[in-house]
Amino acid sequence: MTQKQLTETPDTDIQSPVSGDTSIRQSRIRWGEAMIKGWLGLCAIVSIVTTAAIVILLVSESLNFFENVSPSEFFFGTTWTPLFEPSSYGVLPLVWGTLIVTIGAAVIAIPTGLASAIYLSEYASDRVRRIIKPVLELLAGIPTVVYGYFALTFVTPSLKTFFPDIQVFNALSAAIVVGIMILPMIATLSDNALKAVPVSLRQGAYALGATSYEVTTRVVVPAGLSGVMASFLLAISRAIGETMAVTLAAGQTPNLSLSMFESIQTMTAYIVQVSLGDTPTGGIAYQTLFAVATLLFSITLVINIVSQLILNRFREVYD
Amino acid sequence: MSQVSDSSTRDVSQPKMHKKSVLEIRDVDIFYGENKAVNNISFNIRRNRITAIIGPSGCGKSTLLRSLNRMNDFVEGARVEGELLFANENLYSNDVDPVEVRRRIGMVFQKPNPFPKSIYDNIAWGPKINGFSGATDELVEKSLKQAALWGEVKDRLHDSALNLSGGQQQRLCIARALAMEPEVLLMDEPCSALDPISTAHIEDLMFELKEQYTIVIVTHNMQQAARISDYTAFMEMGDLIEFNVTKRIFTRPAVKRTEEYVTGRFG
Amino acid sequence: MSIGSEKEIRHLAKRHRKAKVFASFCAAVTWSGVVLLAVLLYQVSIDGFAWLDWQFISSFPSRFPERAGIKSALVGTLWLIGLVALISIPVGVSTALYLEEFAGKGRFAKVIEVNIANLAGVPSIVYGILGLAIFVRYFALERSLVSGALTMSLLILPVIIIASREAIKMVPMSIRYAAYSLGATKWQTAWAHVLPSSFPGIMTGVILALSRAIGETAPLVMIGALTFVAFLPEGPMDSFTALPIQIYNWVSRPQEEFHQLAAAGIIILLVVLLIMNATAIYIRNKTERRLK
Repeated sequence: MTQKQLTETPDTDIQSPVSGDTSIRQSRIRWGEAMIKGWLGLCAIVSIVTTAAIVILLVSESLNFFENVSPSEFFFGTTWTPLFEPSSYGVLPLVWGTLIVTIGAAVIAIPTGLASAIYLSEYASDRVRRIIKPVLELLAGIPTVVYGYFALTFVTPSLKTFFPDIQVFNALSAAIVVGIMILPMIATLSDNALKAVPVSLRQGAYALGATSYEVTTRVVVPAGLSGVMASFLLAISRAIGETMAVTLAAGQTPNLSLSMFESIQTMTAYIVQVSLGDTPTGGIAYQTLFAVATLLFSITLVINIVSQLILNRFREVYD
Repeated sequence: MSQVSDSSTRDVSQPKMHKKSVLEIRDVDIFYGENKAVNNISFNIRRNRITAIIGPSGCGKSTLLRSLNRMNDFVEGARVEGELLFANENLYSNDVDPVEVRRRIGMVFQKPNPFPKSIYDNIAWGPKINGFSGATDELVEKSLKQAALWGEVKDRLHDSALNLSGGQQQRLCIARALAMEPEVLLMDEPCSALDPISTAHIEDLMFELKEQYTIVIVTHNMQQAARISDYTAFMEMGDLIEFNVTKRIFTRPAVKRTEEYVTGRFG
Repeated sequence: MSIGSEKEIRHLAKRHRKAKVFASFCAAVTWSGVVLLAVLLYQVSIDGFAWLDWQFISSFPSRFPERAGIKSALVGTLWLIGLVALISIPVGVSTALYLEEFAGKGRFAKVIEVNIANLAGVPSIVYGILGLAIFVRYFALERSLVSGALTMSLLILPVIIIASREAIKMVPMSIRYAAYSLGATKWQTAWAHVLPSSFPGIMTGVILALSRAIGETAPLVMIGALTFVAFLPEGPMDSFTALPIQIYNWVSRPQEEFHQLAAAGIIILLVVLLIMNATAIYIRNKTERRLK
């Protein structure tokens, strides 16, 4: 190897990037850096402030509400007529409305979403994945009003041909549409969870002579169960919080009936109803908005926390 | 004789360094959490010489190297005790600015890590953010020549650095570090990811760089250490087994363990 | 059952059949989802296509379906996208940068992380209530574009933060180490290397978040975006309407013609979303190629 010559470049006209004489001690506080770090930290605090604001707002107005209405009437009463006389403040019809729509949606979306996830992760070729994945993204990106429209103009008329007694606004239509809405969520999140299961686990099972059905149901899904269950919970939480589609599809009638063919009102639909109307600030009717919202928020919060716990505690670590 | 008042922050017990050493390691322990990775090490890095640190895998040589430019700060739970003297300061004293330290003590990593930018920008960026406002083109050329890469890239300075081969990328990383004109250049197994020809290129390079820079190189390649370094430190399991002139380490080592290692009986 | 016995062979055949049926079932379910999307889009298109013309885009809403148009809603939505982007992108990306580059693993960072994860799951209508109480009432911003934009920004902030964090995490540590070793500060490194490298991923996340913001109706209803707006907003403090609100309003009417108008509005909304997503994909591909 020939030795390359160091080029003789006069150092005088090249300013040295580093002065060897400066102390390595902190000669000046880096103001720019500190200010930037301050701004970034401030932005981060926005999230804490938001949560605090939501909690404080909801709780304080709810406390005002409970000064006028007893909690037992609210939580256990079965008639909800806060906006007209005689006023009654039992929230159960709203909770029931939310419940049947959510359960209906879950019954539709969970099996189909999981089946899609299994198909995507275990059976589909890359080419098929490249088609289906964007389709799922599209489905997930469709605004909720569109689903409401779809319910009113397509789903309910279609249902009427099978069940002529069904009302124009009905819970079944809402459940179907919300189910379609949360299906992509379950499919995508579960697919991620199943894809994260290492190939070696599957190969081990196949090597023992198992069929694809057995490998999937006895090895892969159990291994990815935490992610799959978390996806169910997140989807349910989303269904509970869904507003516009259920308002359009299921109407505004608080109703404790078991029939899914009738109009009901969910908690979210009620909140919309109050705000669209002329409700004076500070009146009892205005306060019902916050009481229902607090209930809604609490339910979704609990579900989300449980789902996070499941993800963190029971996630399989493959190494 | 009048008392000359120094800057008030001058410590009375100002550590004095040997005038021939640029870095002094004194009784240094390095911990990762509860784990002691480096145990009571002391030796000096002499100016304008190449000092090699050798030893079997996991002996703590990379950990020690990283502590010389405070790169260990980025490892969770890393803690350094003892004194690491540079420019008459302890690198780890509270009022030392680690960014300043890294300006003056550069590093080349095991795997080449050029920025996903052009060759030119890779080299020009470091000086630029440190306030350099002079003739950038000349600085880039000088650095590339020092790294023996100029000839190969002078016509495509604005091409992406990622298009270079592995050996070229590593020389680019060396040029990038040299553009800062560091007083010490730390090299962490710089050739272990490269082929023998690139390795030979870089070893030649280090001979030339020695005149202007001080180099500390960690290597698991004993032959490399024997070929190019002036001083060698042999570490095992966090301890410094022996530190001496390279020739002696490889021909007449003072410690039996050293002899066993360099003759290949383990490691 | 002993290995190789006739019983086992028959059982094996049954297991294989079961597996085949299962696979077909999963495939059928998945493809029916595609079919469903097609049906939905088709339905909307044929309902609304007849009403799609220049008059529709350039008119204000009216009591008479033949004269009704979507101009104010479309302009309102465009205003909203702009303002929301202006507010949420800096704050969201800054938060992500803070969490990934500057904050340690300490309690402060953990608290913020948990907060963001929870905020991501809060129903959009609760954000509407928050916006109503804080921006419209407390800060007296009235039912303006600013109120709407601030509310929507809070809604999509968690989405932007989470997506940006993922993109930033994908930048290899070796790049950061290289920068630090040259005497760069954390911000210099983040600005010159981390942000540019994570830009495609961040952009994708931002567009997804903005798409969500455009389609959300409930928060806008809560803060009082009006449903019959026969003027164009001229500044951020003006009141406004938006596409989803107008669509909702039309769908709620009993007359068939208004349903068709709604369908036409939906088509416009979907076109806007399509353009945004296409832009995102374009930007992502362009910047990804530059980095290679």
